[in-house]
Amino acid sequence: MSVSLSSTRPARRWRIGYRISPVGAICFVVILAWALVAIFAPLIAPHPVGEIVDFDFFQSVSAQYPMGTDYLGRDVLSRILFGARYTVGISLAAVTIACVSGVTLGMTAAVIGGVFDSALSRFLDALTSIPSKILALVLVAAVGSSISVLTLTLAVIYIPGSYRFARALAVNVNAMDYVTVARVRGERLGHIIRAEILPGIVGPVLADLGLRFVFIVLLLSSLSFLGLGVQPPNADWGALVKENIGGLSLAAPAVIFPLIAIASLTISVNLLIDNLPQKIRDRSEDA
Amino acid sequence: MSRLVEVRDLRIEARTDAGRVVEIIRGVSFDIDEGEIVALIGESGSGKTTIALDLMGYTRPGCRVTGGTVTLDGVEMGALPESRRAAMRGSLVSYVPQSAAAAFNPAHTIMDQVVEVVRIHGSMPIPEARVKAVELFRALALPNPETIGERYPHQVSGGQLQRLSAAMALIGDPKLVIFDEPTTALDVTTQVEVLRAFKSVMRKGGIAGVYVSHDLAVVAQIADRIIVLRHGEVREEGRTADILERPQNPYTRELLAAFRPSAAPRPPRVDRDDAPLLVVRDVVAGYGKTDAQGLPALRILKDVSLSLARGRNLGIVGESGCGKSTLARVIAGILPAAKGEILLDGRPLAADFRRRRREDLRDLQIVFQSADTALNPHQSIGEILGRPLAFYHGMGGRTREARIDQLLDMVRLPRPLRHRRPGELSGGQKQRINLARALAADAKLILCDEITSALDTVVAAAIIDLLKELQRELSLSYLFISHDIETVRAVCDEVVVMYKGEKVEQLRPDVNGGEPTQPYSRLLFSSVPQLRTGWLDGLAQDPELTRAFAQR
Repeated sequence: MSVSLSSTRPARRWRIGYRISPVGAICFVVILAWALVAIFAPLIAPHPVGEIVDFDFFQSVSAQYPMGTDYLGRDVLSRILFGARYTVGISLAAVTIACVSGVTLGMTAAVIGGVFDSALSRFLDALTSIPSKILALVLVAAVGSSISVLTLTLAVIYIPGSYRFARALAVNVNAMDYVTVARVRGERLGHIIRAEILPGIVGPVLADLGLRFVFIVLLLSSLSFLGLGVQPPNADWGALVKENIGGLSLAAPAVIFPLIAIASLTISVNLLIDNLPQKIRDRSEDA
Repeated sequence: MSRLVEVRDLRIEARTDAGRVVEIIRGVSFDIDEGEIVALIGESGSGKTTIALDLMGYTRPGCRVTGGTVTLDGVEMGALPESRRAAMRGSLVSYVPQSAAAAFNPAHTIMDQVVEVVRIHGSMPIPEARVKAVELFRALALPNPETIGERYPHQVSGGQLQRLSAAMALIGDPKLVIFDEPTTALDVTTQVEVLRAFKSVMRKGGIAGVYVSHDLAVVAQIADRIIVLRHGEVREEGRTADILERPQNPYTRELLAAFRPSAAPRPPRVDRDDAPLLVVRDVVAGYGKTDAQGLPALRILKDVSLSLARGRNLGIVGESGCGKSTLARVIAGILPAAKGEILLDGRPLAADFRRRRREDLRDLQIVFQSADTALNPHQSIGEILGRPLAFYHGMGGRTREARIDQLLDMVRLPRPLRHRRPGELSGGQKQRINLARALAADAKLILCDEITSALDTVVAAAIIDLLKELQRELSLSYLFISHDIETVRAVCDEVVVMYKGEKVEQLRPDVNGGEPTQPYSRLLFSSVPQLRTGWLDGLAQDPELTRAFAQR
C-alpha cells in the first residue's frame, strides 16, 4: 500500500505545489460553512430569530425543532443560525484588527527600539492593566452598543497581548545577521518588517491569532450576558449558552447545540492554522 | 598490546525530517589497541561523531544501527541492555565533548560535576575521588589545582573548562576516552596548552583514545593512527606519519592540499594612484555609558588605525575577544565609533550607517561569518540576491533575472539554485550566496568577517580560491578578518595583528619578509599547528611570554 501511495503522490503534489493536510481541509470547510450560514441566515433559518414558536420551553430534539426550543420556547436552530452572524462576524473582524495592528506595532517597536519601543510598550502595558470587562463596559456604555463599537472594543482589548507576543518574537529575529545586512543596505522600516521579519514570525503569530479568536468569542458572550453585547432578541452563541444555562439540569439541547457550534468554530480555526497548506520544498523533487 | 576496540562492518541509518531513510555509516571497520590514540578525521557529515558515539553504545535520536558490531574490551556493546551500557560509560569508556561550556551545569561547582561519575557508579568513596580529581587537575596543568574545583564553570576560562571536562572523563579510570573536537572552539595559543595536557595525561595513564577532529594539524600532534572518513566510509587508514607524507587515497590528498592554502606570492603591484581605499584613523569604540569625552565605559577598540590600498587585501588576525569583529562592525557603521575617522575612497564616512549615503553603503559590503544567520531562511536565493539589485541599481524584471544568473555563475553555483531556500543548501553554498549578495551591490570593499571559520577545510579552501578569482576579475578589495592565520596569509598582502583591542603590528611583505617582530605576534604565529608529527613536542615557547599573553 505504501508503494502505491508513494508512486501516486509526488505526481499530484507536483501539480498543486502545496501539500494540503486532510485535517486542514475539513476545518476550512467547517469555517466556510459557518461563514455561509452567517451570510445567508435569513434564507435558511426556519423561523425568525425572536419568534416564540412553542409555549413549552426547553423542548427536546424533535422533527419540528431539530435542536429543541429555548427557555422562552424559541427555535434554537434558527437562533444558532442567526447567532453565527454575530459570533463569526464580530469575532473574526475583531481578531483580525487586533492581530494586524498588534503585530505591526510589535514589529515596528522591535525594529526601531529605543524610546519609541519603551513608550509604546509602557502605554500598551497600561492598557493591559485595566480589566478587560470593565474596559469594555466603560467603552460600550460611553459610546453605546453597536456592532462596530463592539468589534473595535474587542480589538482594542486584545491589541496589547498581540503586540507583546509579536514584539517578543520580532526582537529575536531582529538580532539575526540577515536583518543587520538589510539595515546596512539602507532598507527602510517597511521593507525590513515585511520582507525580513514577518516571514520569520508568521507561524507563531497565526497560532496566537487562533487562540485570541477563542478568547474574543468568550469575551463577546460575557458582554452579551451583561447586556452590553449583542442586544436581544438577537444573540450570539455565547449568549445562547448563558441564557439557557438553567436548562442544563433538564438536559436541554438548547445548551448543548450552541456549545457545539462554538466548539466547532474555534477548534476549526485553530486546527486550520496548525495545518495550513505547505509549499512543497523537498529537494529530491524540486531539482 | 591487546585489542581494546573492534568495529566490524558498522552500519547506521538516519531518518530525515521528510521521512527519508539515509545510510550515514556504511560498513565501517577498524580496531584500536590498548593505549593507542586513533583519530577520526573527515568533513562535517562524514559520520565521525556518529561512529565515536557508537563506541559508547549510544546512537543519537533518529539514528539506528542496522548492522555490524562494536566490541569494546571483549564485550559487544550492541548486544547489551541499556542499563549495562550505562554502567560502562564513565568507567570503561568516557567522552569529552566539543563544547565544555555547554557540557557543564552552571549551577553546580566544578568539583561536584567532576566526581559525579564516581558517585553514580559508586566505584570509589567521594573524598578519595576528590583527591584524585585534584591530581588530575595537576596533571592537566590547571592553575590552582587545589581550589579550582570549588569554582563554578563561568569562573574559569574556556581552555581550562575544556581540560576540566577531560578530568571529568578521566576520573573513572576509563580504558578509552573519546574526544569530540575538544579544541575546535579554542584559540590557538590556548589550544597548544590543552593539547599538551591531553597528550601527557593519556600517555602517562596508557589510555586509549579516539580523537574526532577535522583539523589535520591538531590530529598530527596527538594521534598514533589516522582514519580518514568520508560519506560514512573509511577512505584511508594508516599511521599518522604515513597519512601525512604518503597519502594513498585521492580524498586524503585533497584534504592535505586544502589544509594549507598556498600563499601565492603576488607580484608587488605598482599602484598608480596612491590614495588608499580605506583609511581608519584612531578609532575608539565600545559599549556602555559614555564619559565626559564621549568615550564609552567599556572600550573594545583602542586607537586603531590602518589603511588599505585599492585592489589589495588586508588581513586582521587575533584571538577571540581581541576586537577584530568589532572593528568590522565599526567600519560598517553598525557599531558607531566614539572617536576617530573612517575614510572610504577619500570620503569621510559617518560613524553611524544610518547617516551614510546610499553610495557609501553600496561600496562597502559586509559578509558575516555564519551564513545560516546571514541569509533569511524564508526567502529564496533569487529573492535574496534580487533585493540589492533592485535596491541599489533599480533593476527589475528581465535584467534583474539575468543579473542573478550572472551572479550565481560568478560564485560557481548552478543557476537552478535560485529557486531554493538557504536551508536547502550546504554550508559552502550558503557562504557563496552570502558573497554573491555583496557582489550584487557592486561593492568596492568587502568586509569578510570569519567567512571560512564555519566551513570544512576543503570547502574553505575553495571559497578562498573563489575570493582570489573574483578579485582578479572585479578589482575588489577585501578586509579579511579571521582567527586562522594561515587562511589570512593565503588571501592578504598585509596582516594586522590585534590584541585586546589594540593593533600590535602591521605585517608587510616588504618589512622583515612579512614575519612578525613583536613578542605577541610571534607567540600567536608560532602557536599555529604545523602539519607534521612532532611539531607540538618540538615547540619551544617562552613560558613567560605565554603566561603574559595567552588568556588561559
